[in-house]
Amino acid sequence: MKFLNKKTDIDFMGQRKVAFVFSIIFILLSIGSLVTRGLNFGLDFTGGTLIEVSYPSAPRVSDVRDHLSDAGMTDAVVQTFGTATDIVVRIPPRDNEDETNAEISTVVLTALQEGVEGEIVMRRVEFVGPQVGDELTEQGILAVVYALIGIFLYVMMRFQWRFSVGAVTALVHDIIITMGIISLVQIEFDLTVVAALLAVIGYSLNDTIVLFDRIRENFPKLRKASSLEVVNISVNQTLSRTLMTSVTTLLVLVALFIFGGEIIHAFAFTLIVGVMIGTYSSIYVASTTLLELGVSKFDLLAVEKEGAGAVLDQNP
Amino acid sequence: MNQYPAWKYLLILLVLLTGVLYALPNLFGEDPAIQVTSTRGAAIPLDLEANIEDTLVVENLEFKNMERAGNRVLYRFNSTEDQLRASGVIKEALGDQYVVALNLAHATPTWLRALGGKPMTLGLDLQGGVHFLMQVDMDTARGQQLDRYVDDLRSVLRDERIRYVSVRREGNGLLALLRSVEDRDKALDLIRRDQSLQGLIVDELDTVEYFGIAATVQEAQLLELQQTALKQNINTLRNRVNEIGVAEPVIQQQGADRVVVQLPGVQDTVEAKKIIGATATLEYRAVDEANDGFTAAQTGRIPPESRLYTDASGQPILLKKRLIVAGDQLIGASSGFDQQSGQPQVSVTLDGVGAKRMLDFTRDNVGNRMAVVYIEQKPGGRKTEEVISVAVVREPFGKRFQTTGLDSMAEASQLALLLRAGALAAPMEIVEERTVGPSLGADNVAQGFKSVLIGFILVLVFMAAYYRVFGLVADLALFANLFLLMALLSMLGATLTMPGIAGIVLTIGMAVDANVLIFERIREELRSGNTPQASIRAGYDKAFSTIADANITTLIAAFVLFLFGTGPIKGFAVTLSLGIVTSMFTAIMGTRAVVNLIYGGKKRVRKLSI
Repeated sequence: MKFLNKKTDIDFMGQRKVAFVFSIIFILLSIGSLVTRGLNFGLDFTGGTLIEVSYPSAPRVSDVRDHLSDAGMTDAVVQTFGTATDIVVRIPPRDNEDETNAEISTVVLTALQEGVEGEIVMRRVEFVGPQVGDELTEQGILAVVYALIGIFLYVMMRFQWRFSVGAVTALVHDIIITMGIISLVQIEFDLTVVAALLAVIGYSLNDTIVLFDRIRENFPKLRKASSLEVVNISVNQTLSRTLMTSVTTLLVLVALFIFGGEIIHAFAFTLIVGVMIGTYSSIYVASTTLLELGVSKFDLLAVEKEGAGAVLDQNP
Repeated sequence: MNQYPAWKYLLILLVLLTGVLYALPNLFGEDPAIQVTSTRGAAIPLDLEANIEDTLVVENLEFKNMERAGNRVLYRFNSTEDQLRASGVIKEALGDQYVVALNLAHATPTWLRALGGKPMTLGLDLQGGVHFLMQVDMDTARGQQLDRYVDDLRSVLRDERIRYVSVRREGNGLLALLRSVEDRDKALDLIRRDQSLQGLIVDELDTVEYFGIAATVQEAQLLELQQTALKQNINTLRNRVNEIGVAEPVIQQQGADRVVVQLPGVQDTVEAKKIIGATATLEYRAVDEANDGFTAAQTGRIPPESRLYTDASGQPILLKKRLIVAGDQLIGASSGFDQQSGQPQVSVTLDGVGAKRMLDFTRDNVGNRMAVVYIEQKPGGRKTEEVISVAVVREPFGKRFQTTGLDSMAEASQLALLLRAGALAAPMEIVEERTVGPSLGADNVAQGFKSVLIGFILVLVFMAAYYRVFGLVADLALFANLFLLMALLSMLGATLTMPGIAGIVLTIGMAVDANVLIFERIREELRSGNTPQASIRAGYDKAFSTIADANITTLIAAFVLFLFGTGPIKGFAVTLSLGIVTSMFTAIMGTRAVVNLIYGGKKRVRKLSI
């Protein structure tokens, strides 16, 4: 079985203007959505309390709400979660001095049990204090920034600065669009989504590096070809691998999305979106940027001689 | 042609065997068990063992086996029901001296355990339990420290008969006012010499009438205080958690002023929270018999050596400022009922110093009253103080005595527990809580397992269909990779969490990437007319640097994730990075070895099944 039976010869770079417009539109839409709809920040970032309980039989959400407001929890948000018997209660963070935030879950659990025959089962309680929420936001942003810096430096060391710019541009492109889509469908943005975004960075970069590697290899080989031709040939040569890896990764991610349960949903969704965009971006964004920056064979000759790659290549 | 030297095959075989061996413990599952430890950390006497076993026999409870390790004994049971019943029975039989905790003991065979084999630890999200992040209120700790300096300075001045106008806290330091320059010089000299006043930076400060000393605490001293406070809190938390009876708790410092507390398997989080966060302690003070509380409350004129409190019935009462005994001089406490009144009570045992002070006081004060103050420190420096009992001293006593006046038996037993475990040096606040109920934990395990399995099978089938024989070789490598990853996680004692499982799933998807890269290269080489053997060699050689580069960049992302991530996210980063490392080994060396075995020996290979 083969997706691509013979050598492909698609003029990817010929369409790069179309792709450019396409990317710009997507980025603008994403930023638009991020600005107008915003992200549906989860508990990790907003702080507050979340309580998930399982009822013996499906309760009426309005009844649950009434019991909670009787207990003084007027600001509680009640939703079913997955099945009709599972209820999630969210309480925003409070500045109240007398009742510490940590005690809220106790009050809620008592209130929920009221008027219910049989015992409700506590599934999980999550409480994040405001001081922690702010730190997590800061750490999330820092993590993405440091990852990008680390990658920029590594690519510069192994290739050249134009490649670094190309790779990082593609990654920023991926992050913005993935976040745009998360904001569009209002998936809850929590810590696992940040982890997924970083995994997307890792994945998309993987693709980009494979392509760059081929471009680096092809420059000295195809001495007469123009830079554009070299990039085009390289994209074609790595195309079947790019598709293949995307398919296997997507297979497991879809399995995770369908069978992994509610808790892992947002994580799997982010990765599915990110992997698809990452595949596209390594073909178009990274290599287009490379071309626009005027990459040529002279950029790589010096690196090829003294680069660590020459040493690594000798190993089996 | 394409052959590895023998040592390489051996190495691969050895690594794989080790992998299988250390991944094995994960297949044996866990036994519900009960762990008995002594509260004092002493070994369990042999007759106790017999006692427990007799009790179990009487109750008709069968246990699988018993193990003794260090200062604990462990009984394994056949079912959770047996375990729960046995826990109640054993607790009753042993009483306060021993901690009886529910535990899940891994059922790894002895020979495997002798080799150091152990299963992966399941995270709280998989086995259920409580995770707290607690922040120590350092402002209050600093305030307490300043108060201590004020008290010490006062008593040193009193002892040396230096008369002072006032000694008090002033902002972030303290201020002492004296009447003459001579007194001040003497006081300054004392501050420099006295052991209890070390760490103060003093300055002269003159007011119109008096000669003052302004003192601040050295930064190093404050830092040390912060560290000691944190250490003592961790210690106290550990004692308290032991008292609750948690099998494998984690109590760790995080950052400068935070403590992580993880209690696997704890279901009653309300109770756990109360006990962990509580700062209750007792103080014993003399009642000021010379002055009346009512008049003091009305006129607002409180004698300088006394303080105004409200007693349990809401009446004002004057207590002496000088403490007889405080909670930290307590070495033992247990709850029970007062035999005469039937009221709940706490029996207290004092340490040597406390006992002597108590004896001195009660000997001189027979017929006078003594009050017990219940103090609870809330985060933010607020303190509730309640006089829970006032009783007439009938005869002198020292080391052991009882305190009544508690609302309920539950309050009595909780207070006894807190007194036993020791006080927190500074109040703590829960800033993050993540509790997972056992039912959700079980669901997570089932779902995690299912998604790994299905994702794994999908990839296996797809690879075999796409690359035929080479695909099957890659599938073998994938199996090996899963085993190695499990073995590594088990050996490192890593904790498996739900995001960790996601990391494994993602690793499966990405691990085949290396093989895809190699196989595509081989196909390319074949297309350009190279012989099969040369194509194999060129495919592996040329793909290597690409694979290395691609994986190192992913490792960078995973490393950053590890640095910045907390708890579960770290788990994801760990499995992802380890998966990358193991997949490099299996996908490159592993598949090469198998391919060599299949095709390498033959002189003429016409066609590759790729």
